[in-house]
Amino acid sequence: MKHIANWALNIAALRGASYADVRVVAQRSRSLTTKNGKVGSASDAESVGMNVRAIVDGAWGFAASAELGRGAVEATAARAVEIARASARVKRDDVRLAPEKPAVAEWSTPFKVDPFTVSVEQNIDLLLKIDAELRSVAGVTLAETNLNFNREDQWFVSSEGADIHQSKISTGAGYAAYAFAGNEIQKRSYPNSYGGQWQNKGYELIEELKLVENARRIAEEAVALHQADQCPEGKFDIILDSSQLGLQIHESVGHPIELDRVLGMEANFAGTSFLTIDKLRQLRYGSELVNVVADARQEHGPGLGTFGFDDEGVAAQCTPIIASGLFMGYLSSRETAHTIGESRSGGTLRAESWNRLPMIRMTNISLLPGEKPLSLEQLIAASDHGILMQTNRSWSIDDKRYNFQFGCEIGWEIKNGKRIRIVKNPSYSGITTEFWNSLDAICSRDEWTLWGTPNCGKGQPQQVMGTGHGAAPSRFRGIKVGSAFKGS
Amino acid sequence: MLTPDKAAEIFDRIKNLSSADEVEVLFSGGHFALTRFANNTIHQNVAEENHVVSVRTVFGGKTARAFTNKFDDESLRQVVRAAESLARVQHPDPDLLPMPDALEAGRSAATQTPSRHYVETAGITPEMRAEGVKKIVGVAEKHSLTTAGVFSSGESFEGIFNSRGLSKWHTQTSAEVSITMLAADSSGWQKANSPDVAHLDPLALAEIAAQKAINSARPSEIAAGKYTVILEPAAVLDIVGFMFWDFSGMSILDQRSFLTGRIGTKLFGDNITIWDDVAHPLQAGSPFDGEGVQRQNVRLVENGIVRRVVYARATAERMKRSEYRDKVGPIAATGHGFALPNEMGEMPLNIVFAPVRDPQTVEQMIASTERGVLVTRLWYIREVEPFEKMLTGMTRDGTFYVENGRVQSGIRNLRFNESLIQMLSNVEAMSAPVRSCGEESFDMVVPAMKVGEFNFTEVTKF
Repeated sequence: MKHIANWALNIAALRGASYADVRVVAQRSRSLTTKNGKVGSASDAESVGMNVRAIVDGAWGFAASAELGRGAVEATAARAVEIARASARVKRDDVRLAPEKPAVAEWSTPFKVDPFTVSVEQNIDLLLKIDAELRSVAGVTLAETNLNFNREDQWFVSSEGADIHQSKISTGAGYAAYAFAGNEIQKRSYPNSYGGQWQNKGYELIEELKLVENARRIAEEAVALHQADQCPEGKFDIILDSSQLGLQIHESVGHPIELDRVLGMEANFAGTSFLTIDKLRQLRYGSELVNVVADARQEHGPGLGTFGFDDEGVAAQCTPIIASGLFMGYLSSRETAHTIGESRSGGTLRAESWNRLPMIRMTNISLLPGEKPLSLEQLIAASDHGILMQTNRSWSIDDKRYNFQFGCEIGWEIKNGKRIRIVKNPSYSGITTEFWNSLDAICSRDEWTLWGTPNCGKGQPQQVMGTGHGAAPSRFRGIKVGSAFKGS
Repeated sequence: MLTPDKAAEIFDRIKNLSSADEVEVLFSGGHFALTRFANNTIHQNVAEENHVVSVRTVFGGKTARAFTNKFDDESLRQVVRAAESLARVQHPDPDLLPMPDALEAGRSAATQTPSRHYVETAGITPEMRAEGVKKIVGVAEKHSLTTAGVFSSGESFEGIFNSRGLSKWHTQTSAEVSITMLAADSSGWQKANSPDVAHLDPLALAEIAAQKAINSARPSEIAAGKYTVILEPAAVLDIVGFMFWDFSGMSILDQRSFLTGRIGTKLFGDNITIWDDVAHPLQAGSPFDGEGVQRQNVRLVENGIVRRVVYARATAERMKRSEYRDKVGPIAATGHGFALPNEMGEMPLNIVFAPVRDPQTVEQMIASTERGVLVTRLWYIREVEPFEKMLTGMTRDGTFYVENGRVQSGIRNLRFNESLIQMLSNVEAMSAPVRSCGEESFDMVVPAMKVGEFNFTEVTKF
């Protein structure tokens, strides 16, 4: 693939680019779903292409093509230069890239079992087994399962001499049971909602998830919700299970720390951020127990935000985001690092595919577990009165990332250290920093899971990205619960 | 761009490589470019060219699909092999129908759509987009504002061929402008798109967005509660879009639709009539569905009564055999199916709201409002409760307090939690429908709406 990159780099240089990089990407995916005893969709997809980013006259241009012949590649490079020149017509300052020693490297996702070597028959058998278990529970009206594998090979070459080949694998699986009765539709999902759990791992993830073993319980809970009381409304202490907390982290920490948002670069679509630069190392983001990192390194775990190098050749790093509650860092790139006084990029520039411009994205944004041993059951036992909420059902936040509202699939009211009843339609809302400052307990490492969000949307044209979020169940004091249903 | 003749040649090669009982090939792709700006500069500027071919094969009631974006012989061999090996290991689907031939696919009331391809739009260059952005920035600078947004253009194709002789092709151009204007503590927004760039007026959009930012400066805060709300068309589009997944035969069969048990009943106000019409002059998109069946004009809601839902071919046959068959109105393939295999069935994607006899402009709605909120757009809308279709979301980019018939001031943005059934039962006035686009839902022809008793539950900090 290096020859393809060199064709492009040569043309870009000849036409006046002061910097250029090329990504050649080959992706393959397998996607299987079942619904009520039948295969719903079965597809195998491959997509191969290349793109060129170029700086000309101090401005960016980007062009991408599915054609890898020399003529097409050179034309794509020429187009990127032409586009950069057009960008320079409406420019204030020249693009400034933080230095990065060009890496020559190979990196690949560690895995035990290549998921593409597992037969489709075996995949379908597993999904139908889960489906049968779900539908064996009376009252379940719809059972959905999904299994997904992705492989991506990327070659990154830059005019500075970087030459990096990375090979990543990801696996995802999950299911949901719906129960429709009267005038209500209730739902329970496992291991997480909206596609399940995803990690950068091989097929071994599927075994670890214990999908069949949990199906009956999930189906029974979906049905049981119909008999449950509506979640009470008011101010309560809440305990969030780790999957819901993972999404809370994504929405109310991960997105506001994207430096491009802070700098106004996403104002027309995804929005801006309340985390203006004056708040760096000044704002009390959360209580003293809150420690959050952005960690793309393999040692953090096989998250969807784990890689060797980002998509502009910067090595994976760990950036402290919140340390003992104090706001410490952003997600940055070579272009934005200098705006916060950093001499090096934080290595978070990522693109969905060959046909998308890389932009600042979350890596693995994780709340570190509590240091003292604390299990979920111990945390419940230590709570006088509250609501335990599990598995996300709805999520919404304003365009500066202040006001949020989340709904979960199921809740339990806790009184005097015990779960006393299931409650349905639990929801909570708040303001980001007030919420994180109310955290007063985090379970320890044994309860910590690195969750995967496979489809975070951002950018224009829009693109999706996988992000990782590690979390252990945690307690928050005095949170507004149920205002979603107030006045309805 | 791939031409229909070249696509037909590729289809013949694929058909010759396949041993399946039936073969269907879908083509899609084109070229697309987007100039993005923020802080009054162009900061991202992209262009892509791609073409995707997907192959569906059928062996004795078993089907699967494989995709590639490469057209060389070896890649086509591989995609056929992938589609066949995946199909062979599926379980037979008792509901799978033989592929439609040209007669059946076109037999269901052929829809004559106007051409949606404009040479001038296809020929927009990076320089032209940059000049357009320069003018928008000029408006921002004139008003001492900061602007962010996009100016995009593209040319796309979609085609379908199958081994029963069906072949259909559609090409279209697109142009879009989206503009946010930002002041110190306020913002405004406008967005428009069309297959024909001549229908877009970026300067006019920029001025409107700028005025919204200026007029909502120094926002005050109002208490959460129920208000009369005036929703501009983009706000209407983004919220009502969440219900159209449920206007699907499959969603009724799956018992996940809020219309289960409600078809034939009056669910909304008398003034709500909605149909799906790909041929409407303000609509866009392909005139055929994922199996090549022509999209029909379907009256979904009439004077508040839900009349029917849309169907893919197989869903229609399943519904005719189901316990719901006498409770769902007319059942027939309507040309709204997704490409097979899929689990969602079908969905209307060319929504048109019927005009009312006495439309009002937004200004007239404001003038008739004692106490209310004027909303430019809604954001981050998500479903809270599926059967009452309760949604939550935020206002954004130009939210105003209206009192005694006048806009009094900008206000801090509000979170709503509202049932679509309630909302569409409380529409007090509507404007003439216009082509509109947002961010949370697909493009539609919708009016502005004045809605009573809209439930705002919280206020944010800006």
